[in-house]
Amino acid sequence: MSKQEQNRAQPVHPYTIVGTPRAKVDAYAKVTGRAVYADDILLPRMLYGRILRSPHAHARILSIDTSRAKKLPGVLAIITGEDLPQKFGILPSSQDEYALAIDKVRYVGDPVVAIAALDPDILDEAIKLIQVEYELLPALMSIDEALAHPEVKINDEARIGNIHKAVSYEFGEIEAGFAEADYIREDWFYYEGNNHAPLEAHACVAQWEPNPSDPIGGKLTLWTSTQTPHYVHRELSKVLGIPQSHVRVIAPHVGGGFGGKSDPFSHEICASELSRRTGRPVKITCTREEVFLLHRGRHPVKMWIKTGVRRDGSLTAMHFRSFLDGGAYGSYGIASTYYTGALQTVTYTLPCYKFEGMRLFTNKPPCGPKRGHGTTQPRYAVEVHLDKIAFDLGIDPVELRRRNLIEPYSYTVNGLRITSCALGECLDRVVERSGWNSFHADKQIVAAGLHAENGASSAVTTVKRGMGLAASSYICGAGKPIYWNELPHSAVQIRLDRSGGVTVYCGATDIGQGSTSILAYIVAEELGIQIGRIHLQTADTALTPVDLGSYSSRVTFMAGNAAIAAARKLKEQLFQVAAERMQVSPERLYAVNDVIYDEDDPGVTLSFEHAVQFAEARFGALVAAGSYTPPEGIHGDYKGAGVGPSPAYSYSTCVAQVAVDEETGEIVVEKLWLAHDVGQSINPLLVAGQVEGGAYMGYGEAVMEQQIFRKGRHKIPSLLDYKLATTLDTPEIETILVEIPDREGPFGGKEAGQGPLNPVIPAIANAVYNAVGVRVDEVPITSDKVFKALRNQSQGKGMGLQPSPIETPSPWPTRLIKWQPEEHQSAMKRQSDHTSLQEGVL
Amino acid sequence: MLRLPPFQYLAPKNLAEAAHMLSQEGERAMLVAGGTDLYPNMKRRQFTPPVLIGLRGIPTFKNISGSAEEGMHIGAGVTLTTLAEHPLLLAHYPALATAAGSVSTPQLRNVGTIGGNLLLDTRCNYYNQTEFWRHSIGYCMKKDGDICLVAPGSPRCWAISSADTAPVLVSLGASVRLVSVRGERIVPVQDLFRDDGIHPYTKATDEILSEVILPSATGWQSVYLKLRRRGSFDFPILGVAVSLSASEDGTVSEVRIVLGAVASYPVVAKDAATLLIGQRLTPETIEAASTSAARRAKPLDNADLTMNYRKQVATVYIRRALSHFLNSNYIK
Ligand SMILES: Cc1cc2nc3c(=O)[nH]c(=O)nc-3n(C[C@H](O)[C@H](O)[C@H](O)COP(=O)(O)OP(=O)(O)OC[C@H]3O[C@@H](n4cnc5c(N)ncnc54)[C@H](O)[C@@H]3O)c2cc1C
Ligand code: SF4
Repeated sequence: MSKQEQNRAQPVHPYTIVGTPRAKVDAYAKVTGRAVYADDILLPRMLYGRILRSPHAHARILSIDTSRAKKLPGVLAIITGEDLPQKFGILPSSQDEYALAIDKVRYVGDPVVAIAALDPDILDEAIKLIQVEYELLPALMSIDEALAHPEVKINDEARIGNIHKAVSYEFGEIEAGFAEADYIREDWFYYEGNNHAPLEAHACVAQWEPNPSDPIGGKLTLWTSTQTPHYVHRELSKVLGIPQSHVRVIAPHVGGGFGGKSDPFSHEICASELSRRTGRPVKITCTREEVFLLHRGRHPVKMWIKTGVRRDGSLTAMHFRSFLDGGAYGSYGIASTYYTGALQTVTYTLPCYKFEGMRLFTNKPPCGPKRGHGTTQPRYAVEVHLDKIAFDLGIDPVELRRRNLIEPYSYTVNGLRITSCALGECLDRVVERSGWNSFHADKQIVAAGLHAENGASSAVTTVKRGMGLAASSYICGAGKPIYWNELPHSAVQIRLDRSGGVTVYCGATDIGQGSTSILAYIVAEELGIQIGRIHLQTADTALTPVDLGSYSSRVTFMAGNAAIAAARKLKEQLFQVAAERMQVSPERLYAVNDVIYDEDDPGVTLSFEHAVQFAEARFGALVAAGSYTPPEGIHGDYKGAGVGPSPAYSYSTCVAQVAVDEETGEIVVEKLWLAHDVGQSINPLLVAGQVEGGAYMGYGEAVMEQQIFRKGRHKIPSLLDYKLATTLDTPEIETILVEIPDREGPFGGKEAGQGPLNPVIPAIANAVYNAVGVRVDEVPITSDKVFKALRNQSQGKGMGLQPSPIETPSPWPTRLIKWQPEEHQSAMKRQSDHTSLQEGVL
Repeated sequence: MLRLPPFQYLAPKNLAEAAHMLSQEGERAMLVAGGTDLYPNMKRRQFTPPVLIGLRGIPTFKNISGSAEEGMHIGAGVTLTTLAEHPLLLAHYPALATAAGSVSTPQLRNVGTIGGNLLLDTRCNYYNQTEFWRHSIGYCMKKDGDICLVAPGSPRCWAISSADTAPVLVSLGASVRLVSVRGERIVPVQDLFRDDGIHPYTKATDEILSEVILPSATGWQSVYLKLRRRGSFDFPILGVAVSLSASEDGTVSEVRIVLGAVASYPVVAKDAATLLIGQRLTPETIEAASTSAARRAKPLDNADLTMNYRKQVATVYIRRALSHFLNSNYIK
């Protein structure tokens, strides 16, 4: 029996498929290499494309000469910025990218020219024949430099200097909150950014099918490794000037995304345009270095927190500031900025909260969403900060957290609606499984013992062990779409065939997390059929109804609910005809394992195939659709309230055990215990996979990964030098699933894809402190930093290694928005009680 | 994916044929064994040889013979996995087995060879980059450029000798057999290296390394410690190899302390060894030797983690390597 099963409470649910561990529907295809990824696609007459990128971090383009390359035999098309002058970007509020640079380049790697040729060897030659003349501009490579040099304007989107976006909020009465505190603490933290490093590099194949009788001239199909075919569809159409009706975007199997494949990208647009110009399919596959340069990874964030607490550990006020290093373009950055502040209130109850955030443009690859989008950095900071407070007050860190847990089914001070919350259970379970209490008790005895013997040096090893803990929460889908409208966030269509085949259509994009499998499980559960008879059509803008994409941990929750809604409609039709044939009332019918039977007399049955045939004879073709839109009344009514709300939140806790070598600073993370409140797992094996993936990724971010730059360039853009943890490095992980169904989740389910990562980093940071008594308030916590921190401490230079503070602009460069929850909560509560349950919501 | 540049591949069936091909092709040709170092470098265009001579088909290259008492012969084509798992090496030349087993990943160890490891190209994080990256920064003198980007005032290249087995083989007092159409010679491994990041080997271009010769292990003990950020995969940013022989009362009669990844060649810490010879290993003598040996480590900012750190932990690693003999009851 696997560990996650042992650690699961016995199932109390009535499901036959949901809740049982099983392989993904595409597992066999993937492990045998049969699954087709974008780069596997080969079409007749296909050309290869490549992008010439800027070698400079900041420069004006004086001229581009492609004439020699054009003459090279085998080169079929070359395009530059002026061929695609329409700006684009994932957010309607940050339309600041060109497919190919116009006038200026803003980071090493900014796309400048795109070429299509018969084969990659010709591309190699052609690219060398292109001459671009640049005039160098000063490059700003950090938050401090961007703030210090407003005169060097990187991106015109910034209104003041290089400040892309600044926000400022006060919820409740912050001064009154601090006045109530017995103790106030302030800290600075720095979280260095990192890349998603999916194993599959971005790749796409574009195919333009000319049709002279169509006034548009033809149709475009793009196969691309993306998490968001819907948004690629939108932006492709915009930049190419082809109506969306004439564009089809398909995501084949995707080899990991983690947020890095959520933007529309230059290579996708260029491949499409090159295909349109040549009338031939064009493939562009990025190199690993290009993946680091496309980036959209975790923002480096400097953070300052001030928190007030009573003597008993209850929080009275929190003031949080974040400075995000955004890189050269907007990407999701405005949302990321809000996310660094929005969810502080969702884990612990804060009576008042002030948040000021700003994102700066720098001459680096653009940052965007990575697993935990914008919340990972502040969660690290808050959880370490609280640990320090617990230590200062002499309160057990578990106790301090327990005293402040957010209440289930409540509203936060910034107006977010909380539904189910099993954070308390998660804390209990992780404390119990990790042996937290005895570990710390033993540690004290050992410490006292050593002291008594006056440190008998022969017995003392240089390796010290420590345990740390942290808690977190995450959204189950963004409550608001990127383009605000009334349309559903997800939809599913199901077609029943008289042969007994069932086809499920959904825009949901499986990036390895298993969203396609989830659709199959849910439809099979609802219709009472075997998974094997289901055909799945996903992530194809021409065939499948829109699902907004695999971001914000939204797919199981939203597509899951849409699938339930669609399946129920068909089930109703099947039961109606079955009831008549079986001569029992439909209420007594039950479907399982391809058979509909009478619950009171299970010998009376009708096969699924027959039921389908009778139903088709009665109703005509059997097709049904279901859709999902998040409920109203889940957020406040201030400007900016759209980032943070979610139909539900997942909760996670982590305990890390580390061994730190006091002489060398080397850290070994020995074990991670992770408890995750998933509501109800649809497939516990996939949930455990996500939890372990989050733990693994959090571990890498905590102790090794760094997207770092030197002389304007990415210092280590390869998988050898960029330190991604391998399976051999990854610590033992114990997954604990806590299942208390959410009222609105599909079968009570909540997200698992992102949340479990968040507590891992601070848990490790806290464990390092517990082990050696120094704080490294900077992530990643590498051996050289621990070494330096220990040196600092032994030389009486403070408690470890703290990041240098940023001189805070005064006044904060945006208007303060003050918001009082009380006035709105009663109104919202009334409203939400009446919110008509969404289609399919249990 | 980066692609290999075009090349012609020759597959000699024996050593003589290989030597002949190499002398025929001259500078146009490079030898390739496992290719785990050369192919990635070719993909990044550090090397673009029109001809590759593959050594995989030479049967004698896979041989291991001899014994701990009389010494051993290891064919140049023996893989790192074979070395890491070889019972005689594990028992009598443990530092070599450890070093081989610490190279990179299991997959690479299955194809990477001892010969290729010894003759690994020197490394530098301004150099081990793609053609695009090096072009963007204007190249450096090791390939296609004029200056050293790590030490811009320097007239030379400081790329780092990064092979795990190199310091171990030097400390073991091993030698290598070099074969060419002109004949063959045996040189101590130490003499295979020179202090030059661009031309780090004394081997002539027409010579093939055919085998590694280990001296008798009788009376010797050895150890290898490796510093790196990730416990898997990574090249050393410091390697400490020590071989030691002691008399019955624990007096050190011979010791060789060799540091890897701190210079363009494996650095023999002679002074430190001298401090130990004729002494017993004690925390004090070990400390003195470690401090002395660590002075030889002069890392530059061209590998992972900070220079200062790499320098400072060198003492600790050397001390631990030497203390290993204390703990393992070095008096036999
Ligand atoms: C991701 C990665 C991680 C790595 N990590 C490590 C590490 O931790 N430690 C480490 O030491 N190495 C590491 N390596 C380097 C490499 O894998 C090993 O050094 C390996 O032993 C090289 O052997 P090979 O047979 O593959 O050499 P090849 O690549 O075939 O050859 C390397 C060089 O030696 C020459 N050569 C090979 N055999 C002979 C011969 N018999 N006579 C003359 N010349 C010859 C070749 O011409 C070439 O110049 C790593 C490599 C990669 C790609
Ligand atoms: S040490 Fe200097 S010359 Fe040598 S590879 Fe590095 S940058 Fe180039």
